[in-house]
Amino acid sequence: MHCSIRHLQLHEKARIVSISASGELGRRIRDMGLVTGTEIEIVGRAPLKDPVAVRLRGFTLTLRNNEADHITVEKLEPPA
Amino acid sequence: MNKRYLAFAGNPNAGKTTLFNTITGSHQHVGNYPGITVDRKEGTTTLDGNRIDIVDLPGCYSLTAYTQEELVARQVLVEERPDLVVNVVDATKLERHLYLTIQFMELGVPVMLALNMMDDVRSKGIQINVEQLQKDLGCPAVGTVARTGAGKEELLRTAVDFAIERNGTWHPLTISYGPDVDPLLECLSGMIEEAQLLQHKYPPRWIALKYIEGDDSIIEQGRTLAPELSRQMEARIQTLREHCLKTLNTFPEALIADYRYGFINALLKKSVVVTQPPSARLDLTDKIDQVLTHRVIGPTLMLVLLYAMFHITFTLGEYPMELTHSFFALLADGAAAILPDGMLQSLIVSGVIDGVGGVLGFVPLIMIMFIIIAFLEDSGYMARMAYMLDKVFRSFGLHGSSVMPFIISGGIAGGCAVPGVMAARTLRSPKEKLATILTAPFMPCGAKIPVFLLLIGAFFSEHRAAVMFSTTLGAWVMALLVARLLRSTIIRGESTPFVMELPPYRLPTLQGVLIHMWERTWEYIKKAGTVVLAISVLIWAAMTFPGLDATQEEQFTSTRLELEQRLSSATTPAQQKQIYTALEELEHTQGLAALKHSAAGRLGQMLEPLTSLAGFNWRTNIALIGGVAAKEVIVSTLGTAYSLGETDVDDSSSLMARIQKDPDWNRATAISAIIFVLLYAPCFVTIVVMARESSWGWALFALTFNTTLAFVLACAAYQGALLVL
Repeated sequence: MHCSIRHLQLHEKARIVSISASGELGRRIRDMGLVTGTEIEIVGRAPLKDPVAVRLRGFTLTLRNNEADHITVEKLEPPA
Repeated sequence: MNKRYLAFAGNPNAGKTTLFNTITGSHQHVGNYPGITVDRKEGTTTLDGNRIDIVDLPGCYSLTAYTQEELVARQVLVEERPDLVVNVVDATKLERHLYLTIQFMELGVPVMLALNMMDDVRSKGIQINVEQLQKDLGCPAVGTVARTGAGKEELLRTAVDFAIERNGTWHPLTISYGPDVDPLLECLSGMIEEAQLLQHKYPPRWIALKYIEGDDSIIEQGRTLAPELSRQMEARIQTLREHCLKTLNTFPEALIADYRYGFINALLKKSVVVTQPPSARLDLTDKIDQVLTHRVIGPTLMLVLLYAMFHITFTLGEYPMELTHSFFALLADGAAAILPDGMLQSLIVSGVIDGVGGVLGFVPLIMIMFIIIAFLEDSGYMARMAYMLDKVFRSFGLHGSSVMPFIISGGIAGGCAVPGVMAARTLRSPKEKLATILTAPFMPCGAKIPVFLLLIGAFFSEHRAAVMFSTTLGAWVMALLVARLLRSTIIRGESTPFVMELPPYRLPTLQGVLIHMWERTWEYIKKAGTVVLAISVLIWAAMTFPGLDATQEEQFTSTRLELEQRLSSATTPAQQKQIYTALEELEHTQGLAALKHSAAGRLGQMLEPLTSLAGFNWRTNIALIGGVAAKEVIVSTLGTAYSLGETDVDDSSSLMARIQKDPDWNRATAISAIIFVLLYAPCFVTIVVMARESSWGWALFALTFNTTLAFVLACAAYQGALLVL
């Protein structure tokens, strides 16, 4: 099932299917290792539900929900 | 003796600066890259009697040209051609850190790896086959632990050997970017090579790659040097772009990134084995984060921490600050005793010593604050604060990290905008940083408070706490609203992407924290010291010249002589006391006359028709003009302007009584004055620091904009209050 990172639940895992951001945002996202095929896990959300903390390639990064909207993922497994 | 020149480079949080500190120790200094606020850190060390110069490049994730840090890193590599780039990588996160390594290799610069955090690698159950990695990458790799210094000898030795072996030659790495990009890349490289575009700086294939990636800096250079070639290349890239979008629904630069990561993954498959799947364990950082970024506990703890930090800075800072003040007071007394009365004495005491003393008085504050900031930053908590607060600050066009400068500037009443503006360094987003710097000085700093206390004491003594609280609240509202206004007008533009790493928690090293603190403090002393001295003398002159003319001077002298004669002939203590009072009053009247006669005084009187709209008479004007030097000056100048002599900031009861009785002052004036003092021009030390952190243009903008805004609001409040009260 495809959705944006914003709609993933806490601790849910997914694989990146496509990234629609270009320009500076696109570059930042790529430089931090978010490219097609990368597996990610939602590890936290800020107290006000935004930004979101994502684990990938052994480290954690944060992005705002409106930035996460550019990243489409497919869910890997249902949350335990 | 051979001299070697190494450049340390790597992602932020790779431990690059820690490694640099361990290797160079105290043999380092910080400068600036021309025109921008990125630090240039350089240091030296010796190996077997040979000197090694090291430049610590700013941390960056990539070698594109989006941020100042990346541009600087690239410029140093190309312009200065270091013998070798020592690429410091976090060996537990090789996959991402090698992304930068690959870009160094594509550029062709000689590079080697420092596999840092090898202790974590072992404890995380990761095995790295260094031999294999070296072979596949074609460069040496040495394991290090920057925090303990383990491996630094071997690193330096390998670096020097490899630098000698490469002897400054560049060998660009060629990676395949797949059937869509490769043909165009070949074609463009050919065109570039033929035209010899930028041939002494970059390899042709790299230039072609940057063109496809849409690198503004390179494309701009290409357009200037070879407009026709550039146009042709851009047209072809546009075709590729459309093709990629149509067939693959992606961008060429994204394809390039995909292939780079693919290259890295293939490489790591051979050399890195993870024996323990990382998801099976919840490491310490995750556990700490469950508490520190918890929905309820997180923000609560953060508020407590911010308050504690603020409290520590200003209570701990008080003693050394007082010491500095007493030292300069002593110095001023000494100078006054040695030098004969007159202009020179006045210049040295009121101009030079007071000015320099005022600047150095902030040093203890800056030192303590930067120890705390370095600790918060190095430990990883700063990133969490930004993460938790981002939503709030973003709605005003700011960034989660803006909280620090605001708090320190006086977001909790009593701060200081000088270290506050300097704390904006932690913001990596240029627009948000500028908006933060411009609005932080609205906060009620420690020097504005005596003015508020004076006015509150005189007119609102029964609502002390309430007025003080609304003043602080008003400062926050104004700072955030003005930030919003600036970000939607003159600093308009998309917010900088927040995409940011949450680094693992680490205990900062003492050396790192101290070096960071000293760098900032020294920079402040150096930069502020020179400019501040000049401005301080200028303001002194404005409040001194032109002096009273000869006739007036004579009048005062003759009155004084007359009084002194009467004093010598006075018999009863009561008579004597009366004459003493008269003498003192005479001195105050003379002080007032001189102030009124000076340039600042004349300006104050000249402005009265205008400022009366806000309820300020000329006496208030002079004090407010003096306040641009330092807000502490407002109360003391007001004392002189009400011919009370220099009034002590901490004891203003007589001044309070005077103001209460003055028909020019009432509650409406008090409200207007509080608003004006809160918002008008930052003191000149702050202005100098603002110029240093942004530019003189922006600092002068703050000076005029803030004063105008303050005046308009003060007028509105005054006129409104007159109607209501």
